[in-house]
Amino acid sequence: MSNQDPDWSSENRIWNRSAETLPREEIAALQLERLRAMVERVAQVPFYRDQFKHAEIGPQSIRSLADLRRLPFTTKDDLRRHQPLGFLAVPRKELARIHGSSGTTGVPTFVAYTAQDLRTWSELCARFLVAGGLRPAHTAQVAFGYGLFTGGFGLHYGIERVGAAVIPAAAGNTRRQIDIMRELTPEVLICTPSYALTIADTARELGMDPATLPMRYGHFGGEPWTEDMRREIEDQLGLQAFNNYGLSEVFGPGVAGECPLHDGMHIQEDHFIVECLDPETLEPVAEGEPGELVITNLTREATPLIRYRTRDIARLYREPCACGRTTMRMSRVTGRTDDMLIIRGVNVFPSQIEEALLRVEGTTPHYLIEVDRPGTLDEVHVKVEMRPEIFSDRMDRMQGLCEHISREIQTVAGIRAHVDLVEPRSIERFVGKARRVLDKRRLND
Amino acid sequence: MKLQQLSLFLENRPGQLGAPLEAIAAEDINILTLSLADTAQFGILRLIVREWEQAKQIFEQGGWVVKQTEVVAVDVLDRPGGLAGALAVLEAAELNIEYMYAFSLRRDDKAILIFRFEDPDRAIEVLLEHGLHVVEAEELMRHVG
Repeated sequence: MSNQDPDWSSENRIWNRSAETLPREEIAALQLERLRAMVERVAQVPFYRDQFKHAEIGPQSIRSLADLRRLPFTTKDDLRRHQPLGFLAVPRKELARIHGSSGTTGVPTFVAYTAQDLRTWSELCARFLVAGGLRPAHTAQVAFGYGLFTGGFGLHYGIERVGAAVIPAAAGNTRRQIDIMRELTPEVLICTPSYALTIADTARELGMDPATLPMRYGHFGGEPWTEDMRREIEDQLGLQAFNNYGLSEVFGPGVAGECPLHDGMHIQEDHFIVECLDPETLEPVAEGEPGELVITNLTREATPLIRYRTRDIARLYREPCACGRTTMRMSRVTGRTDDMLIIRGVNVFPSQIEEALLRVEGTTPHYLIEVDRPGTLDEVHVKVEMRPEIFSDRMDRMQGLCEHISREIQTVAGIRAHVDLVEPRSIERFVGKARRVLDKRRLND
Repeated sequence: MKLQQLSLFLENRPGQLGAPLEAIAAEDINILTLSLADTAQFGILRLIVREWEQAKQIFEQGGWVVKQTEVVAVDVLDRPGGLAGALAVLEAAELNIEYMYAFSLRRDDKAILIFRFEDPDRAIEVLLEHGLHVVEAEELMRHVG
């Protein structure tokens, strides 16, 4: 790939100008050409061969990008059923690397890379790293786990590809991480967003202001996070925080990443086709609406996937970005389809309720969504813990507060919800991921 | 001229009212008067106690959401039309009453009412101008004590 932009001093540096600013119609043409080739290639994989045969489709069926929708989906279960390496599209001897997904739900799923795949992956990571401030003269500290997890190695190779120096500090031993930062003064930090906050906390415990640490840019990923967390990380560590997206099933980090405008993540469309579908009907959602991301590999050699259902909920935007990149953008991941509720036929994500509550000052962070079906209709109660900031001795104010919250939920999520004000600390606290939904309909079934 | 009132947020279910009252009773704090406004789902308990600062601290430490507001105690003649006369004064002055409740005891031939005004200072001015008696905190405490 070419490096046509000589100006490293520009804040808005584009690593691969020819690929990242390709006119939309050329992106579409390239995707169609690559999709056809990919369909031909995966027809060798037993899973796809059977699926294609069953649906009576083949490479000749792909005449336009719209024909993508004729292709079958691939799910996490499909991957599990064909472990290990049942999705291999090249001879085993051609593999250069094998990684694995974290396997939080049981069987780990392995993903493989040819030497060319590793080069492609480095390129993908280089693009978002450069968009987010990394320059060849920089030093970057990678505080991601190195191992089967794709985060550490993916970012490591991307940094090397840019020509910057890597400190492979790996995850853990936060005091040691801070010592390294003070001694080697890296400009860039790479880790999960929650670990960035741990670093800040630990620095304070050591009696230092975390903002005095040397990093100016941070690339955070590997778990969902929020704009509030971004502000917190940026304020505490005194750096600019960039979001990136990827998953090992379709490569690892590098599917998408933010530019300096921080208005969504640019999708690397020459390597992936990303669809945004209603997880129930599997029909495309209207542009800008939340839906499940479904990703098709266009260039991966070893274990390419067709229409992989990520179960991640996000929004897609096609309007051009002021940074000059022409690629489609995605919002941050706002939820998982596993969390989706269907209320009287309307798809509702807990993140939408949270968004509504964020619009009413003082009503987060403790809330619980309870769904029940007392008769034949679904009923939603959103329990919000009372806090001194929103409490009034006047009943009209309190009822007004309930109505205000209810109106915001109606606007954001399109459902009518009862708002129940509850006493402080009455909603159960969780150490890890908070449980926001209690679906009593399932309990009653 | 103003009284300090404490308001507590309570969920409307059995047992919710007892706990905060027990918490202040344990510290020997007596309730001079109270009122409860409720919906099917939650309630607002309003209390007047002598040791309001201490009570506020007890509630906060107990994890309740508590708010302190200034209210005005007015005594009116305990006879037909007594309250109506006072209200007429307030109405004529276009003073907004957020809510009101009666004090639990009478004094001589007077009944004491607690008013929550949007603008308590202006309300006191108007009441005094019209010869109504605004009960001072000390006077009230002495009386009930």
